[in-house]
Amino acid sequence: MKKVYLDNAATTKTAPEVVEDMKPYFLEKYGNASCLHKWGQEARDAVETSRELIANKINALSEEIIFTSGGSEANNLAIKGVAYQLKEKGNHIVVSEFEHPAVLNTCRALEKKGFEITYVAVDKQGFVNLEQLKNSITNKTVLVSIMHANNEIGTIQNLEEIGKICNENDVLFHSDCVQSLGKVGVDVKKFNLSLATFSAHKIHGPKGIGVLYVKKGVKLCKQIDGGPQEFNQRAGTENVSGIIGFARAIDIITEEDVRIMRKMRDYLVEELLKIDGTSLNGSKENRLCNNVSVAFQNVEGESILLSLDDKGIAVSTSSACTSSKLESSHVLKAIGLKPEDSHGTIRFTLSKYTTKEELDYVIESVGEIVKNLRRISP
Amino acid sequence: MSFQYSDEILRRFRNPKNAGEIKNPDGIGMVGNRSCGDVMHLYIKVENNKIVDAKFKTLGCAAAISFSDLLCDMVKNQNIEDALKLTKDDLVKKLGGVPAPKLHCSLLAVDALHKAIEDFKNKK
Ligand SMILES: Cc1ncc(COP(=O)(O)O)c(C=O)c1O
Ligand code: FES
Repeated sequence: MKKVYLDNAATTKTAPEVVEDMKPYFLEKYGNASCLHKWGQEARDAVETSRELIANKINALSEEIIFTSGGSEANNLAIKGVAYQLKEKGNHIVVSEFEHPAVLNTCRALEKKGFEITYVAVDKQGFVNLEQLKNSITNKTVLVSIMHANNEIGTIQNLEEIGKICNENDVLFHSDCVQSLGKVGVDVKKFNLSLATFSAHKIHGPKGIGVLYVKKGVKLCKQIDGGPQEFNQRAGTENVSGIIGFARAIDIITEEDVRIMRKMRDYLVEELLKIDGTSLNGSKENRLCNNVSVAFQNVEGESILLSLDDKGIAVSTSSACTSSKLESSHVLKAIGLKPEDSHGTIRFTLSKYTTKEELDYVIESVGEIVKNLRRISP
Repeated sequence: MSFQYSDEILRRFRNPKNAGEIKNPDGIGMVGNRSCGDVMHLYIKVENNKIVDAKFKTLGCAAAISFSDLLCDMVKNQNIEDALKLTKDDLVKKLGGVPAPKLHCSLLAVDALHKAIEDFKNKK
């Protein structure tokens, strides 16, 4: 059976060259980077070279890169770290209402501890309402956290503009850049970022390794206590192979990959929208080069997903029926999608490995499946 | 996905033999609503107080489609009184269990049957 993986926003295939680079750090160079012997120093050198490479890619300094266990931990560290560090100064945080759960649930946890959170609205196209964002900043506000690219609908926020607002109001600015890394240029200086979150497994790197960029001078309340690793901001023996893999993954991304993905994305959108009763969720222009989120009217997302799975095609839904709580996606609700459209939404996310032949197979399969499901729909 | 379906649910979902409509049915049961994402229409044909045919059209998840299909099989050749005794637990058991969040889809099927029978009685 054919196999087509179009769920690259969930996670990606680890690139073979990344795996090759990581291997020696399991089998030979397995030292603890905190140790003084040769094994340790070998690991330390590799970690620091990787740190520098990653720093360069986002226009940061090496000492501004903190390795974490992934995007979720980095988001927790950024938001809780600032909240507890600056609680004498203020207890208010501003985020958008369609952030990733790693941000939203961190904020909910803080609310239970007495912090106040403002959830700024997003418009139909999937962009944060900057006027509301500006107006929600008070003298109690310590942090604004707005994601760069949305994981469900792929829309890209104007971080430069938001950075300006934060700068003018003298509040720290964090962005979850997990989905945008390697697809949209991330420049922490240009965006005036104080903190930014990254994760390797969305860019053909390994799972379980992330980065929090922390601008020099920004102090965080440590969230994982233990040893003094990572500039004493995050304890734990360095995930050396993961760090190596992250650096290699970020290093092999090319502009050509992005250009080709964008072309393929446009092709997929164009062909899927030829099916009756379909619409694209979120802005067509300002979206990730690999994200296609389509609402199919009069069909249930879960039924499409399972039927595609039968044909060897992996996609994802935001469907209420698929989630264990049967609640519609908070992202699709935030952009004002009608519940019936949100129920029929499928997210297709491409990678640099996706081929046109694969897309043709997907397009044909989707057309067939949607027709069949509509035939049995009232 | 955060749960798994039984093989029987998936088998029926992939090939729902009773999907479709009955021309001039003796009763129609329509339940659910579009904004909840679940809509079920059940059509029955009745002769001498016996359900001789049942078909459905469903907009919903794999469980909803399987329950609809199974319900049609289970009520065919039953008289009205026996059909009314059918419960959602009967359906769930036949499908080899169902993930907890999907239990309401079985209720939807039973509701559709009750509505269809009510419609039949009103038409008489
Ligand atoms: C926008 C966004 N933030 C955070 C995360 C979490 O990252 P991780 O899986 O590395 O914890 C993800 C992916 O799941 C994501 O898409
Ligand atoms: S139809 Fe939505 S959960 Fe079954």
